[in-house]
Amino acid sequence: MTKILTKYFDAEPKLHELETYRKLGGYEALKRALGMERSAVLEEVKKSNLRGLGGAGFPTGLKWSTVPPEDKVPGPRYVVVNADESEPGCFKDRILLTRAPHQLIEGLLIASYVIGSKDSFIFIRGEYQNQHDILGKAIAEAEQAGLIGNNILGSGFNCRILLMRGAGAYISGLDTALLETMEGKKAWPRQPPPFPTVSGLMGRPTVVNNVETLSMLPFIVNEGGAAFAKIGVPRSGGTIVFSISGHVEKPGLYEFPMGVKLRDALAACGGVKGGRKLKGVIPGGTSMPPLMEKDLDLALDFDSVRAAGTFLGAGGMIVLDETADAVEVAHNIERFLTHESCGQCTPCREGSNWSERILERLLEGKGQPQDVVNLARVGENITGKVICALGDTIGMVLKGYIDRYPDDFKKRVTPHG
Amino acid sequence: MGKIVKYKLNGVEREAEEGRLVIDAAKDAGVEIPHYCYHPALGNPGNCRMCIIEVAGAPKPQVSCRTGVREGMVVSSDSEAAKRAQASALELHLVNHPLDCPVCDQSGECGLQDYYMKIGQYQSEVREDKEHKDKRIVAGPHVMLDQERCILCTRCTRFVDDVTKTHELGIFGMGHAEKIALAPGMTLDNAYSGNVVDICPVGALTDRDFRYKVRVWYLDKTDSICPGCARGCNISVHTNTARPWHNDGKRVARLKPRVNRDVNGYWMCDEGRYGFGSLDADRLGKVLRLQPARTELSWEAVAAEVAGVLKNAGDGLAVVASGMLSNEDWAAYQALFVDTLKVKRHYFASEPDQVGVEDELLRKKDKVPNLKGAQALGLESGSFDELAKNLESGTVKTLYVVERDLTKVYGDRARVLMAKAGTTILQGPNKYSLGDCFTYRLPATAYVEEDGHFTNFEGKIQAYQKALAPIGDSRPDWAIFGLLQKALSGAKTSGAVA
Repeated sequence: MTKILTKYFDAEPKLHELETYRKLGGYEALKRALGMERSAVLEEVKKSNLRGLGGAGFPTGLKWSTVPPEDKVPGPRYVVVNADESEPGCFKDRILLTRAPHQLIEGLLIASYVIGSKDSFIFIRGEYQNQHDILGKAIAEAEQAGLIGNNILGSGFNCRILLMRGAGAYISGLDTALLETMEGKKAWPRQPPPFPTVSGLMGRPTVVNNVETLSMLPFIVNEGGAAFAKIGVPRSGGTIVFSISGHVEKPGLYEFPMGVKLRDALAACGGVKGGRKLKGVIPGGTSMPPLMEKDLDLALDFDSVRAAGTFLGAGGMIVLDETADAVEVAHNIERFLTHESCGQCTPCREGSNWSERILERLLEGKGQPQDVVNLARVGENITGKVICALGDTIGMVLKGYIDRYPDDFKKRVTPHG
Repeated sequence: MGKIVKYKLNGVEREAEEGRLVIDAAKDAGVEIPHYCYHPALGNPGNCRMCIIEVAGAPKPQVSCRTGVREGMVVSSDSEAAKRAQASALELHLVNHPLDCPVCDQSGECGLQDYYMKIGQYQSEVREDKEHKDKRIVAGPHVMLDQERCILCTRCTRFVDDVTKTHELGIFGMGHAEKIALAPGMTLDNAYSGNVVDICPVGALTDRDFRYKVRVWYLDKTDSICPGCARGCNISVHTNTARPWHNDGKRVARLKPRVNRDVNGYWMCDEGRYGFGSLDADRLGKVLRLQPARTELSWEAVAAEVAGVLKNAGDGLAVVASGMLSNEDWAAYQALFVDTLKVKRHYFASEPDQVGVEDELLRKKDKVPNLKGAQALGLESGSFDELAKNLESGTVKTLYVVERDLTKVYGDRARVLMAKAGTTILQGPNKYSLGDCFTYRLPATAYVEEDGHFTNFEGKIQAYQKALAPIGDSRPDWAIFGLLQKALSGAKTSGAVA
């Protein structure tokens, strides 16, 4: 199957070094992009149908085009890499950063050229100490080689890259909370409008893109947007890197073309562990309802998965077999969301904690039928009524598991508990 | 004013300025949308999620504090879905709220109680224990903080960040463990700290001096003007006469700011807010002649006697007053002392004892409300140094003091200076430290016991209203001046008045 980002992962153990990366054609795309009109590069990105792989699936080219042009809004504009990968089940950015830091840097420089960012940032999850160091080294190498800094490859384009570390909050992975964090504030999400592309970091137009998204750019520039689009499905081009974990034979990192069948993805990692029965598949990270066995022939792309009632997210696929208990899974996820709720808006702050405690009671065998009704109701009262997506997920997860696994919940309920 | 557009609110066609927040436009139309975090002077963080409305065509409910009115927009704040969303937001606010209403000062004016009655009225489904936080934090000289009652609307932190810019309060922790607390090493002791009590929609921030004193539903509220400085902040005087044995037997329970965008906005300073002690302490109620022996007199009798004193004083009369007098008082003052008695020596300047800190927010240097009223009549004040010299030299033999404490002007020297004058008259609501040394003592009403007007530093004339009955025989200053005037015109003691 076609691979873009992980193509050399098996063959080249030193891919993270500049020498190896360049030997394999690295930074050729940058050179090519710098020789093109900025608008022409943007056009290729639009043509590629590249969509944000950090979870939201927003068309990248469209996001870039909402940055106001310099003649309308003069002054600095920024590109920020969201490397704050924190979604439970997701570890693809961690490995992309470990194995192919230059792929990201090249992509970031291409994006910075198109956007006009002379100072670009990589905001990396605080716990990713190792990846921080690898990235730091890679940036230094690229600076040394004249790939970052003034007059890059003699093009006249200047761009610095600044590496920033998070302090361990899940919510900082949300673009506007990430920007608040970068400004030294509490990671409380902003409420668009205005969107970051209009008013982002320090109130300047800012594009926030995920590691994986930006890493796709060298391919798009080298091969053309059309070639990238051809790999995927009509409205979502290229590949997607899944972090697959849970009850599978061979958990790990898998790159598939967009729209790969769930069945094929599972087959690639050896199927359900021990040949047991499949209970569900969380497609993109814990904060979403799972897919069911009936969805095995579903195409894994943003729109198809959305139509199936859940999200592709950031490809943090967790496979659950028949031994998993839906109440335990839901409790585990809610406990995480409660812990990570930023506390800004009331429904999420109070509702996450309340639902976690109801689930806790169910696990202790003290549940009443009314508790399950309340769980669904509390969830419904949070989703769609909060500031950011974290709150939305609380209700979606609750409803997702209660609807799909009613028997698991019934089992935990005693009429007089 | 921007473009006026038509939109529909709860089925009724309305007009509003384009872009005006729906919550404000609705309020203009008499529709209150429940809210906690939004405050017109503190912005719209949209964190309480109470003001949820339905907007036709929007994919999900919107918060009305962050939604602008557009042409043709169809909004409902009272549809079943909107009401359900508001009620559920309230339910979530109450999950960890301690519901200690019986011992909470906010009871009766609490946003949680009000909205529960208005849009809640559900049966609680919470079976979990409440989250426990600190309930008794002395935040500063005036304010108590109860973190359990707090709903984290952030109004108070925005107030100290944006209005006073003193940053004493912050939000600490994360998620459900989050709480408002003092920044390390700080106390909430800025000059406007009491306002956080007003803006707190629940009982998390309460007044220390009001704590456990009286239930708010026993209070009567009267529009008034703060007499604390030349700003003339619009206030409401909250009085307790319904339960005289509450509030430690005091009539005035608290002062609260009233909104006036042209004068004080939403705020008042702590000096003004908490400086009402003299309204219920150290008050005069009896008309007295104290020298040579304490004798109670009727107003008619004292008017005749004092009129005689004034008339005979001639050039030896000096009048001490203060900017505490109302416009009505100043007019009567002018008629009596200037027009009738031709007194040359007037001393009402704010220096040295009635001046204080001025700042950019509200506080003015002159700590009296109505010097402007005297100036408007062309009255001029001599300096208190000059008065002291005149008393020392014996030039001033008769001293008439209206609403001023000479000890504050002269310190210990006041007693000596007073002794130099032959006859001394004190008129005012309070006795002050030298109240027993005067020849006559005429009880006057305090501003809460009369109707009147103050002219503020900008020349704005503002009315204050009578909140309480006068104490004892006290009368408004203008009435006392009038009585004297009448007595003078009828006075036949020593020849006609010039």
